[in-house]
Amino acid sequence: MADTTDERIKEISPLRRALIRPELGGMVGTVAVFTLFALFAFDSGMFNSQGVMNWSIVSAQFMIIAVGACLLMIAGEFDLSVGSMIGFAGMMIAVFGVVLAWPMWIAILITFVICCALGALNGWIVVRTGLPSFIVTLAFLFILRGFTIYIPQTVERKTIIGGIRDAAEGDWLAPIFGGKIGQPIFQWLGDMGVIGVFERGTRAGQPVVDGIPMLIVWAIALIIFGHILLTRTRFGNWIFAAGGDAEAARNSGVPVNKVKILMFMFTAFCATVFAVCQVMEFGSAGADRGLLKEFEAIIAVVIGGALLTGGYGSVIGAALGALIFGVVQQGLFFAGVESSLFRVFLGVILLFAVILNTYIRRIITGER
Amino acid sequence: MADPIIQMKEIQKHFGSVIALAGVSVDVFPGECHCLLGDNGAGKSTFIKTMSGVHKPTSGEIVFEGQPLDFADPRDAIAAGIATVHQHLAMIPLMSVSRNFFMGNEPVRKIAGLSFFDHDYANRVTMEEMRNMGINLRGPDQAVGTLSGGERQTVAIARAVHFGAKVLILDEPTSALGVRQTANVLATIDKVRKQGIAVVFITHNVRHAMAVGDRFTVLNRGQTLGTAVRGEITPEELQDMMAGGQEMVQLEGSLGGTV
Ligand SMILES: Nc1ncnc2c1ncn2[C@@H]1O[C@H](COP(=O)(O)OP(=O)(O)OP(=O)(O)O)[C@@H](O)[C@H]1O
Ligand SMILES: [Mg+2]
Repeated sequence: MADTTDERIKEISPLRRALIRPELGGMVGTVAVFTLFALFAFDSGMFNSQGVMNWSIVSAQFMIIAVGACLLMIAGEFDLSVGSMIGFAGMMIAVFGVVLAWPMWIAILITFVICCALGALNGWIVVRTGLPSFIVTLAFLFILRGFTIYIPQTVERKTIIGGIRDAAEGDWLAPIFGGKIGQPIFQWLGDMGVIGVFERGTRAGQPVVDGIPMLIVWAIALIIFGHILLTRTRFGNWIFAAGGDAEAARNSGVPVNKVKILMFMFTAFCATVFAVCQVMEFGSAGADRGLLKEFEAIIAVVIGGALLTGGYGSVIGAALGALIFGVVQQGLFFAGVESSLFRVFLGVILLFAVILNTYIRRIITGER
Repeated sequence: MADPIIQMKEIQKHFGSVIALAGVSVDVFPGECHCLLGDNGAGKSTFIKTMSGVHKPTSGEIVFEGQPLDFADPRDAIAAGIATVHQHLAMIPLMSVSRNFFMGNEPVRKIAGLSFFDHDYANRVTMEEMRNMGINLRGPDQAVGTLSGGERQTVAIARAVHFGAKVLILDEPTSALGVRQTANVLATIDKVRKQGIAVVFITHNVRHAMAVGDRFTVLNRGQTLGTAVRGEITPEELQDMMAGGQEMVQLEGSLGGTV
């Protein structure tokens, strides 16, 4: 009886096996996108050091919010308030750090605490009421955006608060979000002639790309953290279980509510990282920052192979989705294509990704 | 006999205006297979859900190993040693068999002070346990969604047995199974019972109940019709009790005694 093979089980083809990996779409898309731009826009400057840094930064921004959205989506929920959270977090930093003139590190830490608490509130309402997270976080989209516009207008009579860079001068925590690393390496690369150097002006002799922004470091760190958490820990199993079938997971002893609330908090954390990096780079906080970011995050996650219905997906896939997103957005700019076409591209690729994912789901679950 | 491992006393459960359980009392002893029978909607699933911490009883008392118990959620019941295979399966189709098998009980391995899911161990144990149940998996990473209903049921039972419960609750485990898998499940119940574990076995099938049951409790519309001991009741009597008496006799007449 206990023979090890069953003659009825066909060897599944390696292709089919590869197909059910959630990252597949992201990988194929990444290769396709790079091939296309290498063929048609190679001379546009997109692939020199400045160009690479340009789309890397944009992609890293998408990645940071995609990691949060990905884990939350696998846990079976959405957060539509990510974009408003980004605007709100930036504004909090400006209010604490500039208007109230608190030390920047205190402003940053308090902002993280407030935003994670708001994420927890989102999650708490969702698990308590059983309402779809779509509706609950849509409410927060408006509530947070409203405050983000209201607060600077009442305290400063304007919608942008500047002076953040000055306020962050000499702070120990701010460079973790706004700084750069690896300057000596880039200087050396410049000296060696591998990357270009400025020929004139005050920065003559310095490399055109002088370090890796912390934004990119955060993106990579969050991807690694998210990937390991999801695939290599027991908590990761709970994330899959909570999104796959909350009832079954609960019956098996998985603390589903806790998992979901924590994932809402993590999404808020990612949005705050994005916001802090952004205000440090711009030196200001604006009431319209982060607009539409929630949808961009969700699209990146879906391109990365996650199912909108939860229970299935991959952080690496989401990161690749974000990379595709960033490369295409900046690539079209480099190639001189009318930027409005980017939206057309986005809509089309989203549709393709969702159809592909549904098909893959059928393969895995054997549904018809 | 020893003391009962779990005593359910006058359990009532109301869902709004629906009275699903109107005061049901059942004792379960270690090493016995206690069959719970009854028609659809009799309240069997609701009853065992109060036992496994899914539902809080509206009133009534649960005494586990002599202590009054108040489960806040299924985790408490599992921790106390009550494993349940629910009728509507506690399996997640999109997840692999081994991830499902260890859901809520993930084995961990420490690396540099951090705990990681021990996939090697989980995969090995899953393959072994499934082979013992007579099911050959393509691999431990096969998604549960690709298994048949009976195979899924088997995974759920293997899981409950593996985690060494003191009380194993099976809600209609054989209803979706073929002949060989049914025999397997019944054999497993027998094996588990001999290890001194208490088994609560819900079924509609009197033959399955008679094959392994030590005692039989029949529920009808949220109430017990009494508990019978093996040898003191015939399958026909049990069948009649389940169907509520006369009607069944009439039915049986018209069907020529084939039911
Ligand atoms: N969550 C719930 N909310 C409201 N009513 C419920 C709920 N769960 C069960 N009921 C009701 O309680 C009664 C008993 O249901 P239960 O599932 O316990 O029956 P059962 O004996 O397991 O039946 P079956 O043999 O069909 O599985 C039914 O009338 C059902 O409609
Ligand atoms: Mg039932």
